[in-house]
Amino acid sequence: MDLLIFQAPILMVQASMDGILLGILFALIAYGMALQWGVMNIINIAQGELVIMGGYIAYFMYLSGIHPAFGVIVSPIIMYCVGWGMYKLVINKVVDKDLFTSILATFGISILAQQLMNFAFGADVVVAQSNFGTTMLFNNSVTLPNAKIFSGAVCVISAIILVIYMKKSKLGRAIRATAQNARAAKILGVDTEKVYAATFGINAALCGIAGACIAITFTLHPYTGLPYTVRSFMIVIIAGLGNLPAVAISGMGLGVFEEWADYLLGTEFRIAAVFSLLVIILVYRRFKLARKREYLK
Amino acid sequence: MNKNTFLYAGLIIFGLAGAFIFPAYKLQLSFLYILIVLAMTWDVQGGQMGYNTFGNILFFGIGMYVASSTQIAMFFSLAEWTDAGGEKTFVHTIPQFFQGFGVGILLAGIIPTIIAGVIGYGILGLRGHYFAICTLALGIAAGELAGGIEIIGAGQGMTVPVWPKGLGSNASSSQFLYYLSFTLALVTFVTLKWAYSTRFGLVLNAIRDNEDKAEAMGIHTMRYKIIGWMVSAFFVGIAGGLMGHINGYIEPTEIAFAGPTFGVFMVLMAILGGKGTLWGPLVGATLFHLFKEGFWTYFLGWQYVALGVLIIVIVVYFPEGVMGWLREKYPERFGEVVDEADLKAQVELK
Repeated sequence: MDLLIFQAPILMVQASMDGILLGILFALIAYGMALQWGVMNIINIAQGELVIMGGYIAYFMYLSGIHPAFGVIVSPIIMYCVGWGMYKLVINKVVDKDLFTSILATFGISILAQQLMNFAFGADVVVAQSNFGTTMLFNNSVTLPNAKIFSGAVCVISAIILVIYMKKSKLGRAIRATAQNARAAKILGVDTEKVYAATFGINAALCGIAGACIAITFTLHPYTGLPYTVRSFMIVIIAGLGNLPAVAISGMGLGVFEEWADYLLGTEFRIAAVFSLLVIILVYRRFKLARKREYLK
Repeated sequence: MNKNTFLYAGLIIFGLAGAFIFPAYKLQLSFLYILIVLAMTWDVQGGQMGYNTFGNILFFGIGMYVASSTQIAMFFSLAEWTDAGGEKTFVHTIPQFFQGFGVGILLAGIIPTIIAGVIGYGILGLRGHYFAICTLALGIAAGELAGGIEIIGAGQGMTVPVWPKGLGSNASSSQFLYYLSFTLALVTFVTLKWAYSTRFGLVLNAIRDNEDKAEAMGIHTMRYKIIGWMVSAFFVGIAGGLMGHINGYIEPTEIAFAGPTFGVFMVLMAILGGKGTLWGPLVGATLFHLFKEGFWTYFLGWQYVALGVLIIVIVVYFPEGVMGWLREKYPERFGEVVDEADLKAQVELK
């Protein structure tokens, strides 16, 4: 097992390429999480379910004969409305409570969403065929599906659009102001309620884009949402809130780690590796940030 | 002789006689006692100490696997047992069964306690939501790892030794488990009641209210946090061991390390009853069990939808729980002195 890395180095190149393209997707989801965490101080456990829901929208377009790649346009629009509704129904009641309340409430949403998706779409693993073909690299020894390249490009473009929007538009300015100090923003005439709803909607829309990409590159299943939440949480705690380059880099790093774990340990330990990595990172961070006891002599 | 004596006596008599009054619901009641243990031990962290953990399910699963594996491995080869699957080619004799059972349950308490002590220093240093997410990941990682280990049946799970032949029917087996789980719930309750009345309980509350201040007062908060977690782990581990026998079958992600079911149930039960109180988890577990059985019977197929809605409703609209609500309503019953003038002033402020 440990010799695989020397026996077939080209496999590791393949894994790294896959990992980077996968990591861009994770980074987009994590950016949405960082946005709402920074603005509303909420950790959304249902983040992964939003992703899967966005994926199913693309899958339904595929079933009804439209090319699933258009899902990256349709799914964020629908998901924005879903996120907005979710905010109005539940999240606005937990915004000013302590963090655990929001974690538990979104956990409830996550269970609810899983079950509703299970009823609506069935418990089968599905994938939307994009028929994009593949690109061969390095003398045909590394294969890259074009769908993955397409989804990576979509994620990069949407991240750039979002950054420009946050910098230039009026709503973007209001969101940034609320993140810095919600009370001061309120005094200066920002409708924070609207800002919160918009932030949650934008987060859901980002999840929708990522979900549509996942529908054409990977697989969808109603119960696979939670790992996406954990991955984005992990990326956010490594990269910090609102630091897009760091989010992108740690997202790709996580993607590469996951693909390598998949090759070296076996697919059955892939999710275990992700969750164990989170525990290790948190414990490492705790020891790094721990206060040192010093005594007066 | 205080006013609670009748309450305690009534509950103990109910517990002892329960197996005869409701013979058909024995397993349901044993399940209820296990849920009470889970809720009460969750409350040591979540309610009294203010550390909202999703990770107590880790000890539940470990206890379950340890109890059954020990009972099997003491007399047979564990690998052959799990290979044989449900065919049950190996049968414990009566003394073997009880020796294995005793040692297994004991280890199911001790091993999670040790694990809690070892990982406690790293994990309990985290605060707030980092702690919550870390423990959530811990439980799921354990389930995924257990699903990859061949000797304990991997994703297929393993069967638990069956009640030995020649000792009565299934009824005596469930009676045995009923009294064991009742004893466990009773011991947990008494231990925690005692612990909360000592300095230990006060320190836990101090950690919840302001950990930095408690540390500045010279309390070794980390030591108390770890001991608190070890106490929880001990009882949860034994509860897991018993649950394995009640179920008769162990499966890594759905039964043993079942984050979305038991892991959430314990949080929900404690919040429903009122966290941070001694009686809250007990009341919450009882109510929740009734709700749950209702859902599982009348909304079959929709039970998890109902569960999700229940979580949202409880957390958003009823966060103080039954005991908290009662306390608000009848403060004098809880030994609190109500200052009428102060109350009036508060109303005017509103």
